[in-house]
Amino acid sequence: MAFIPHTADDVRQMLTVIGVSSMEQLFDEIPESLRCGVLTGIPPALSEQEIGRLMSERAAADGQPLNFLGAGAYEHHIPAAVWAITTRGEYYSCYTPYQAEASQGTLQTIYEYQSMMASLTGMAVANASLYDGASALAEACLMAVRAHRRSKSACVLVPRTVHPLWRRCARAICSNQELKLPELAYDRASGLTAVNALAAHAGSDITALVIQQPNVFGLLEPVDELTDWAHAQGALVIAAVNPTSLALLKPPGEWGQKGADIVIGEGQPLGVPLAGGGPYFGFMTTRLEHVRQMPGRIVGRTVDLDGKAGFTLTLQAREQHIRRAKATSNICTNQGLLVTAATIYLSILGPSGLEQVASACQGRTSELVERLGRAGAQLRFPGARFHEAVLTLNRPCETVLAALAGQGICGGYDLTEDYPELGHALLVCATETRTSEDIERYGQALARILSGDRP
Amino acid sequence: MRTPESGPEPLIFELSHAGRVARAQLPPAAKGSATVPPALRRRTPPRLPEVSELQAVRHYTRLSQLNFSIDTEFYPLGSCTMKYNPRGSNQYAMLSGFLARHPFAPEVLGQGLLACLFELQDMLCAVTGMRAVSLTPMAGAQGEFAGVAMIRRYHRDRGDAARDEIIVPDAAHGTNPATATMCGMRAVEIATNADGDIDLDALRKAVSARTAGIMLTNPSTLGVFERHIGEVAAIVHEAGGLLYYDGANLNAILGTVRPGDMGFDVMHMNLHKTFSTPHGGGGPGAGAVGVGERLAPYLPVPVVGREGSRYRWLTEQDLPQSIGRLSGFMGNTGVLLRAYVYMRMIGRDGMRRVGEHATLNANYLLARLRAEGFDAAYPTRRATHEFCLTLKRQARELGATAMDFAKRLLDLGCHAPTTYFPLLVPECLLIEPTETEAKETLDAFVAAMARCLAEARADVELLKQAPHDLPVRRLDDVRAAKSLDLRWTPAA
Repeated sequence: MAFIPHTADDVRQMLTVIGVSSMEQLFDEIPESLRCGVLTGIPPALSEQEIGRLMSERAAADGQPLNFLGAGAYEHHIPAAVWAITTRGEYYSCYTPYQAEASQGTLQTIYEYQSMMASLTGMAVANASLYDGASALAEACLMAVRAHRRSKSACVLVPRTVHPLWRRCARAICSNQELKLPELAYDRASGLTAVNALAAHAGSDITALVIQQPNVFGLLEPVDELTDWAHAQGALVIAAVNPTSLALLKPPGEWGQKGADIVIGEGQPLGVPLAGGGPYFGFMTTRLEHVRQMPGRIVGRTVDLDGKAGFTLTLQAREQHIRRAKATSNICTNQGLLVTAATIYLSILGPSGLEQVASACQGRTSELVERLGRAGAQLRFPGARFHEAVLTLNRPCETVLAALAGQGICGGYDLTEDYPELGHALLVCATETRTSEDIERYGQALARILSGDRP
Repeated sequence: MRTPESGPEPLIFELSHAGRVARAQLPPAAKGSATVPPALRRRTPPRLPEVSELQAVRHYTRLSQLNFSIDTEFYPLGSCTMKYNPRGSNQYAMLSGFLARHPFAPEVLGQGLLACLFELQDMLCAVTGMRAVSLTPMAGAQGEFAGVAMIRRYHRDRGDAARDEIIVPDAAHGTNPATATMCGMRAVEIATNADGDIDLDALRKAVSARTAGIMLTNPSTLGVFERHIGEVAAIVHEAGGLLYYDGANLNAILGTVRPGDMGFDVMHMNLHKTFSTPHGGGGPGAGAVGVGERLAPYLPVPVVGREGSRYRWLTEQDLPQSIGRLSGFMGNTGVLLRAYVYMRMIGRDGMRRVGEHATLNANYLLARLRAEGFDAAYPTRRATHEFCLTLKRQARELGATAMDFAKRLLDLGCHAPTTYFPLLVPECLLIEPTETEAKETLDAFVAAMARCLAEARADVELLKQAPHDLPVRRLDDVRAAKSLDLRWTPAA
C-alpha cells in the first residue's frame, strides 16, 4: 500500500466513526453501472528499489552525448547549490501562496525574481512566470491585443526569424481568438528581418510587431530600427529575448526611442536543466501601464497589521479565480519551482558572473564556427551573433547528424524543414560548458563525415 | 518554521556588496572572439545581487523556512490534492541521463525516456477509459485549453461552426470559464440544485444548436459525486455537444470510476494532483489530455508513438488534424517522469486503494467535524475525497468567518483549507485530507478546529487577529493592489 499509512485497525475505527460497515459503502452514491473492474492496463506495483533500477537503466541507455544543440534550450553549468536548495521540501512541496502568512518564503522569492527580471530586461514589472518561452509568446500576442485599445486588427507581425516552433505554438493558441499572425520574410544575405517585408505593412493597422533577439539564427537584429518602425506605425513591440544574452545586449526597455512594450522569453538558461524539454519557465515583463493586462501571478510588497513589510499575491482581479470568463488568461498553476531555481542561479552568478557566462558562450561559439569551417562547413550569415550560428553542409543534415549521433555527438538543429531555402543548413551552439577539446572532437568527426563519399 | 522572533529576512539585494563574486561559478575563459556592436551593447549592468555562494544558500534556505509545505505541515487545501510527493519520484526523474538530454537530441539517444512516456500514456488511458493521451499540456489550465480547442476544431471540421458556447456549472473552478474565453467561446453558467447535483432543468434550457460542450468535474468542486451524470451526458450529446472532464478531482474515483465510462469525450489529468508530482510553490504541473475516438485526430503534438521496438515522436506530419503545439518542446517532461515513477510504485491495485483511502479520510474527517459542531454544506451527501463545511452559523452567531478559522489554523500548525470556494457555499471551507495522511494527523486537525471553535466562543478576537505566531500578521491586500510595489529599487 504505497504511501497509504492506514493499518487495518485504523480503517475499522474510521469506518465505525463514519457509521458504515465497509469501504464499499462510502461509494454507495455512485451508480453500479459506472464502476470499473480491475485496471488491466496497469502493471503490478514496484518497490522504490525496483523502479529505481528500471529508471537508472533507462537513463543510462540514453547516454550523455556531447551537445552542440541549442535552438531554444541551452546547456549551461548550474551551481550545485541551485537544486540543492530548490528541492528542499519547503519549496518543493508547497502550493501557490494563497495563504500569504504561511508562504512568505515563496512570495519573497518571487518578489526578488520579479525585481531581477525587470532589471535584466529593462522593464518596470514582471509576472511570476508562464509555462515556457513559446507559450509566453502566445500570451504576449493576446495581451498586446487587450493592451492596444486603438488597434482593431488583432494583427501581430511575426518575422520568420522567430523560432519556428514558437511561431507554431503562438498560432495554435492565438488562432482560437482569431488573431492574425502574418509572417515577415528575412533578408537572404544577412539573415535579419527584411526592411522591404516591413514596408509592405506600413500604414496599416498593426497591433504589434514581434522582435526576437538574438533571432533563431543566433544573429543580432537591428532592434532600435525595428522598434522605432513599429512605434511609428502605432504598433506595440513584443521582444522575445534570451535572458543570458541580456548580460551583454541592450535590454528591450532601451530599444529604440521608447523601448519595447512587452518582453517575453524562455527562462531555461537560468539554472534549469535541459531535462528533455521541460519543465522550463516563460518570463514576461512589461511597462507599468500594461500591468493590469498581464496574465499570471504577480507578487507585491505590502505591510501587515503591525506595519511590518510582507509579501502577497496582488492584482488578482486579472485572474481566473476572481474574474472567471473575463480573466486575462486561464493560467493558474505556473512554473513556480523553476522560478525559485532561476532566482538562486541569478543570485549566485550576480551581474559579473552572468556577463562572464554570456561572453564565454559567445567566444566558444566563435571558436566552434572557426573549427567547423576548417572541417568543411560554411558559415551562412556573417553578421554579429550571440551563441548560435547557421552552417551549411555539402550533404543533407539528417545524414550528418545521424553519423554524429553514432559517435555520441549532438551536432546541432536541422533547419531544413522550416527553412528549405537555406539548403543543408545546420544551427549549432556552444555554451560556456564546451571546451576546446570538445570543439576539436566535433571538428574532427565532422571533417571525416563531410569528406566522405556523398550518400 | 521560522517565527516573528526570528526577525525579518532581508531582501537578497540588501545583502549585496559591490564587487563580491562567487568565484567557483565563473566559467573558464574562452578562446574565440566575443564582441557586440556598440549600438547593441548593454550600457549598465543589470541590478542582480552581488553575494557569496554561502550568502545565497543561507538566504534562500532561511526563506524556505518561512513556508508551510506538505513535508512540514498537514495541508488540506481542497481541490489541490496536497498528498505526499515521494522523494523517489524526484530522485529518479533527476538522474543525470534524463537531465542532460536536450529536447532535440536524436530519438536513438532517447529511447529510455520515450519508453517511460509511452508507457505513461498507456497507463493514463487505462485509468481514465480514454482512447489516446497527449502529455504535452503543461498545467491543468493548458489541458483544459487543449480540450476545448479540440472540441472547437471538431465542430468546425463538421461544418458546425455556430457552436460557440461552453456550459459550466456555477461551482466550477475559474479556469473553466476562463478557458472557454481563451478558446474564443462563450461560457454559459448553469445552477446547482440544493443537493449539490446539477440542475437538470437548467441544463435542458441551456443546451441548443450553439452548444459546443460542457465542462464538468465529477466529483464536483462541492465534494459530492454528480449522481445524474448519465442524464447529463445524454442531454448534452443529444444537443450535439461534447463532454469535457476536468481531472482536478480524479483522485476521488481513481480505480473506481473512469471518466470514459461516464460518457466523457475529452479530459485532462492534473498529474501534480492525482499522480503526486510536486506543486513547487505554484508549479510546474502537467495537464495531460485524454480523448475518445472522435477527438483522437486532434490531439496536440508531439505524442509518443511506437514502431516495432522503437519509440518516436509523432508530429504534425503524423497527426495532420492536430490542434498543434502548446509548448516549444514536449511539455513538462520532468514532471511526466515523476508521475510515471509514482504510477509504477502505486501499481494496479494501488490505484483503487488511493481513491478508497482518500474517500475514507475525507468522510472520517467530516464525521468527526460534524460531531464537534461544524455544519456540512451538503449534510445528506457522502463526502468524496473532499467536502465543504459552511461556517455561516459561526459567522452569524460568533462573528468568526471561514477566513478567521483558516488564519487561526495556521497558528495551530495546519495549512488552511481552501476558503470561499466554491463561491455558492456561504463561508465555505473546502477540505481535502488526501490518502497519505495518517489517522493521528486527521485527529490533530479535528482538535485544532475544535479549539478554534472554543476560542471563537470565548474570545473571538483571537481568531479575528490571527495568525499571531507566523512570520507576518494579516497583510494589507488593498494597499498591495493600490500602491503597487512589484520590484525592489535601490534607495535614492
